[in-house]
Amino acid sequence: MSQNYEKLPQGSFDRIPKDTKQAERISKPSVSFWQDAWRRLKKNKGAIFSIILFGLIVIMALLGPVISPYEPNDQTITHANLPPKIPVIENLGIFNGVGELGGQEVDLYELKNVDQNYWFGTDGLGRDMFSRVWQGTQVSLFIAFAAALIDMVIGVVYGGISGYFGGRVDDIMQRIVEILSGIPNLVVVILFIMIMDPGILAIIIALTITGWTGMSRVVRGQVLKYKNQEFVLAARTLGASDNRIIWKHLMPNVLGVIIINTMFTIPGAIFFEAFLSFIGLGLQAPDASLGTLINDGYKLIQYQPHILAIPAFVLSLIMISFNLIGDGLRDALDPKMKD
Amino acid sequence: MARYIGKRMFYMLITLILIATFTFFLMKILPGSPIASADRLSPEQRAIVEASYGLDRPLPVQYFDYMFGLVQGDLGVSINQFKGAPVTDIILNRIGPSAQIGFQGMLFGTILGILFGMVAAVKQNSWIDYASTTVAIIGISIPSFVFASLLQYWLAVEWQLFPVAFWKEGFMSSVLPSLALAMFPLATAARFIRSEMIEVLGSDYITLAKAKGASGSEIAFKHAFRNALIPLITVLGPMAVSILTGSLVVEQIFAIPGIGEQFVTSIMVQDFSIIMGTTIFFSVFLILVILIVDVLYGVIDPRIRLSGGKS
Repeated sequence: MSQNYEKLPQGSFDRIPKDTKQAERISKPSVSFWQDAWRRLKKNKGAIFSIILFGLIVIMALLGPVISPYEPNDQTITHANLPPKIPVIENLGIFNGVGELGGQEVDLYELKNVDQNYWFGTDGLGRDMFSRVWQGTQVSLFIAFAAALIDMVIGVVYGGISGYFGGRVDDIMQRIVEILSGIPNLVVVILFIMIMDPGILAIIIALTITGWTGMSRVVRGQVLKYKNQEFVLAARTLGASDNRIIWKHLMPNVLGVIIINTMFTIPGAIFFEAFLSFIGLGLQAPDASLGTLINDGYKLIQYQPHILAIPAFVLSLIMISFNLIGDGLRDALDPKMKD
Repeated sequence: MARYIGKRMFYMLITLILIATFTFFLMKILPGSPIASADRLSPEQRAIVEASYGLDRPLPVQYFDYMFGLVQGDLGVSINQFKGAPVTDIILNRIGPSAQIGFQGMLFGTILGILFGMVAAVKQNSWIDYASTTVAIIGISIPSFVFASLLQYWLAVEWQLFPVAFWKEGFMSSVLPSLALAMFPLATAARFIRSEMIEVLGSDYITLAKAKGASGSEIAFKHAFRNALIPLITVLGPMAVSILTGSLVVEQIFAIPGIGEQFVTSIMVQDFSIIMGTTIFFSVFLILVILIVDVLYGVIDPRIRLSGGKS
C-alpha cells in the first residue's frame, strides 16, 4: 500500500475520446432467434447426446435389415430360440450364444450345430431378431412420425384459424374442441382400431382422430397472444394481407411451440402403438413393430428373455431420447428462459 | 364458481351422450355378429337368440332403450362372455382390484416422486439431483408394460419375492402391479416438484425467510414446499389417465381380475355390450377426474380465475 499513485509513469493510460459515431455500434454479431436457440441447445448435454443417439437408431433402423444376412420374415425352424451371439464381444462372456436348457447353461449354437451368428438371437420360429428389431423400429417410427405430422397439420390449421379470426368462429370451434378433448384418447383409439382393418393406416388414423386437439389449443393460445401485438398492427397498417400476416409475422413466433409440442407427440404415438400391439389390437403378423415384438417376447419371457429385452430396450431408448430432445428444445426455444 | 361448475357439468353431459351414442353405433356397424357362434346356428336359431337379447328391434328403439337404461345405471347384458349377466354387475365386481392397485400406485408414486423432487431441488446439481432426474426421465419414457414385465421377471420369477400373478395373496399380489403403475406418477411428480421448488426457492419471500434466520429444512418444508405443492394438482389428470391406460396392460400381465383385464378380454371375445359398458365407465371416470382437478385448483389457488371468460 506504499505505492504512490500520483507518481505513475506518463503514458500508462490512453485518453479515449468520446466518439458519438461509435455509440450506436453493435459490438457483437447479432444473433437470430434460431441461432440463439441452437446455442442454448448445444449447452444441453442430454439433448445433444439424445440427438446423436436417435440419429444412430434411425440409421440402424434403415440399415439394419439391409446389412443383416437374414430376411426379417424368413423362418428357419432348426435355428429357433437361439440367444444372441456377436463375434468378438462373445469373448467377454456376454452375447456368446449361451442359454439355459433344462436348467443348465449350454452353448446353444454348438448344441444345434449352427455355424452362423445371430447378433440378436432368433425367435420361436427361427427368425433373425436383428433384422426384425430394426424392421420393427422402422415401422414404429413411421407410425409415430406420420401421426405427429398429421396432428401437427390439423392442429396448426385449426388452432390458427380459431385464434386468428376469433369471434363467432372461435366460439364454435372451441366448443367442438372442448367436447372432443373430453373424450379419453384411450377409448377413441381402441374403438377406432376395432372398426378398421388392423394395420399401419388404421393405427395412424386412430392416433390422429383426437390427437390434434392438444396442438390446436397451444397454437390458438399463441396466435391469440401475438395477433394483438404492435408488430402485427404495424404490418396491418402497412397493408399486409391476412395471408402475409399469418405466414410472415405470426408463424415464426408460433413455430417454437409447434416444434416442442410435436417433439412430445412423437414418443406418445410410439407408446400408443406399442400399447395397442401389446393388448392385441396392433399390427397383425407378419407385419411387426416394436410393440408386437415386445408382445411376442413377453410370452417367452421366462425361457427366452432376449426376445423381449432387445425390442424393449430399443423402444425405451427411443422414448428416452425423444423426451430429452423435447426437454432440451423446450428450454432452448422458450424465450422466458433466456439468459 | 357455481356457474363455472354448472357449465362444466353441461359440457361433461354432452361429451358423455356423444361418447355413448358414438360407441353404440360403432358397435352396430362393427363387422361380425354380436353372437359368438352365429355361423354355426341356423337362421331360425339365430333369430331366436337375437330376439332374446332384443337385437331384432329397430335400431332407434334399441338406441333409446340403451340410453334410457344408461341414465338408470343399466349398461345392458353381456352376450358372449357371461351369457345374460348384467354388465353393470360385471363392472362393479371387478372394480375392487383395479381401484386398489390404481390407488396404491398413485399414492406410492406421488409421495416418492414429491420426495425425490424436493431433495433434487434443495440439493440442486448434486449427484442426488442427477440421480432423481435420471429416474424421472426413465419413468416417463419406459412404457408401463415393459416395466411390469421386468418387475415380474426379476422380482417374482427370479427372486421369488412376490407372487408372479393372480389375485390370491391379498396385499402381496398387489405390490408388483402397483409398483408398475407407480412409475409414471413418480416421474411426473418428481419432475414437477423439482421445477416448482426451484422457482419458489428463488422468490423474494424465501430470501426474507433466510434473512430472518430460518433454517434450511424449515424453509424447504414450511415455505417452499407448500407453495410448490399446489400446482401438482394440475398433473393429477394426466396421472389418472396413465394409471387407467396402464391398468389395461398391467392387469393383463399380472392376471388381475380388474376392469382393465376384463376390457381387453372382451375385445378379444367380441362381447360388444361389455366393451360399450367399460368404455362409458372409463369415460365417466376420466371426465370426472379432470372436472374435480379443475375445480379443486380453483378452490385452492384463488388466483386462478375460473369464471368462464376467454383466455
